[in-house]
Amino acid sequence: MSNNLIVERERGLVELERRIAELREATAGQPLDMSSEIGALEAKYQQILRELFGRLSPWEKVHMARHPDRPTSLDYISRFDRFDELHGDRHFRDDPSIVGGLAVLKGRKLMVLGQQRGRDTKENLRRNFGMPAPEGYRKSTRLARLASRFHLPIVTFVDTKGADPGITSEEHAQSEAIAVCLQAFTTAAVPIVATIVGEGGSGGALALAIADYTMMLEHSTYSVASPEGCAAILWSDAGKAEEAASRLKLTAHDLHRFGIVDEILPEPLGGAHRDASEVVTRTLDTIDTVLARLTALTPETLLEQRYRKYRRLGEWQAEGLEAARTAP
Amino acid sequence: MPRPDWLPVRRSKETPAADAAMWSKCPKCGEVLYRRDLAANLFVCTRCRYHFRMHAQDRIESLVDGDFEELGQEVLPRDPLGWSDRRTYPAKLKADRERSGISESVVCGFAAIAGHRVGLAVMDFHFRGGTMGEVTGERITLLFEEARRRRVPVIVFTASGGARMEEGMLALMQLAKTTAAVARFMADGNFYLVVLTDPTSGGVSASFAFQADIIVAESKAMIGFAGRRVIEQTIRQRLPDQFQTAEFLLEKGAIDMVVDRRSLKETLTHLLEYCGP
Repeated sequence: MSNNLIVERERGLVELERRIAELREATAGQPLDMSSEIGALEAKYQQILRELFGRLSPWEKVHMARHPDRPTSLDYISRFDRFDELHGDRHFRDDPSIVGGLAVLKGRKLMVLGQQRGRDTKENLRRNFGMPAPEGYRKSTRLARLASRFHLPIVTFVDTKGADPGITSEEHAQSEAIAVCLQAFTTAAVPIVATIVGEGGSGGALALAIADYTMMLEHSTYSVASPEGCAAILWSDAGKAEEAASRLKLTAHDLHRFGIVDEILPEPLGGAHRDASEVVTRTLDTIDTVLARLTALTPETLLEQRYRKYRRLGEWQAEGLEAARTAP
Repeated sequence: MPRPDWLPVRRSKETPAADAAMWSKCPKCGEVLYRRDLAANLFVCTRCRYHFRMHAQDRIESLVDGDFEELGQEVLPRDPLGWSDRRTYPAKLKADRERSGISESVVCGFAAIAGHRVGLAVMDFHFRGGTMGEVTGERITLLFEEARRRRVPVIVFTASGGARMEEGMLALMQLAKTTAAVARFMADGNFYLVVLTDPTSGGVSASFAFQADIIVAESKAMIGFAGRRVIEQTIRQRLPDQFQTAEFLLEKGAIDMVVDRRSLKETLTHLLEYCGP
């Protein structure tokens, strides 16, 4: 039993997938023509896929974003032309739940950063389930400043449940680490493109998501709090997580409507992991296109536009603002 | 005089309310304090020095020389997500407005402290647990923008449970917005001072609360990123009482100093003399 709703649902498909593969194998190189049988099975398979995944609710998307096979930051980064990982916060240690370093994407030199979760238990323990400690944010701050000094654009991949909520993280001032990281991204005088590829969990995600252009995979989520946490606090009932998920407006479409996300990257039916290679290719192509546009801007224009982008979120109506400014 | 235990509480609705207005019980030592004495002592328990959570109005009165020129009071909350849990969001806002006497979780404006002109933002835990929504972020941003124009220092008193869930991602985005305004303000060489008060956590602690030039905390204030309960659930142990107190943060090197509220104004005045315009 998996506690992931999508994984559970996929179990029913495994048998059908196996039969199609077997039939293919059996008929390969045989004079026997089974193509119509295979075709029928495949049509049925597609139909079931549409039924299962054609319209995902916010709660289903929460599970899709957490799917163990979903492409992680390193799946994207490993497809860059080059990646020279840089380590450590220069104070205490290297945090493997954030990877970062110098990289080349389609001939363009840049800085890349991303939260990294593990695929299996062992890697998840090493990477703390993708929940960064203060050291991870301090490394990010350092690399963002480095990028800014050498005019390298910054590309980030966001995928975290949130910042680590542990004793050591508190002792090492998690709040300060995130606050300063936010500042570093706000003031970096180079183009920043952020893509939310999995879960975008609250402030711990935002620390790597302040950008000139923010993209989100279709079934990723980005939320002020986890649906479980929100339900526990506002309903005093963690069982209300599904309802919280729909109320929080955490889907790519909702956030695009609010102007928080600039572009939605479509996913294949059934989620990004069903055709990871294609999803990575298209994401990197889009990042490249956006960077080509942003690198043409002067640092002053870039910083002014970035300021405006966040300034207008929750901005009071013009008359309210004027009244506030001209108040005696 | 405190009501003796044996005296049955009268059923009248006014009596407890009137009592509550006159008397306050210290949540730490249980001492019952006459409200006027408590106010005169800056809401610090006369017996155990517990620092009560202050209302924004009381805080401002305790600090400023004369007039307080409020900024952004016409910026008022809406209901961007059409939120409802056990109550609707507008109903919660209304109840908090009536209970606290303020219209949002922060009061901003300009005033003088011992002759120093400053921009002041005072968060109030009595309104939605001091959570940061669109209006909180907008008012704080307006304050930093206006203080930058006037070239005066800003002092922010934090008290917050974090970003406000009822406003979803629009609340989280206020971390980004305020951060950007603080960065511009500081880049021009202006002085930014924070006083962390009980409690300061979540999105507020992870943004403007920890971006200041100097960070002061009130004695025994609870300050942290993750809430105590969240950590306890994660590690499945009870945390020591000292954990996440102002004194703990001082020892760990996260803040500049811990101050007793009764000497806070004097401390702020000195700091303004060092780093003010």
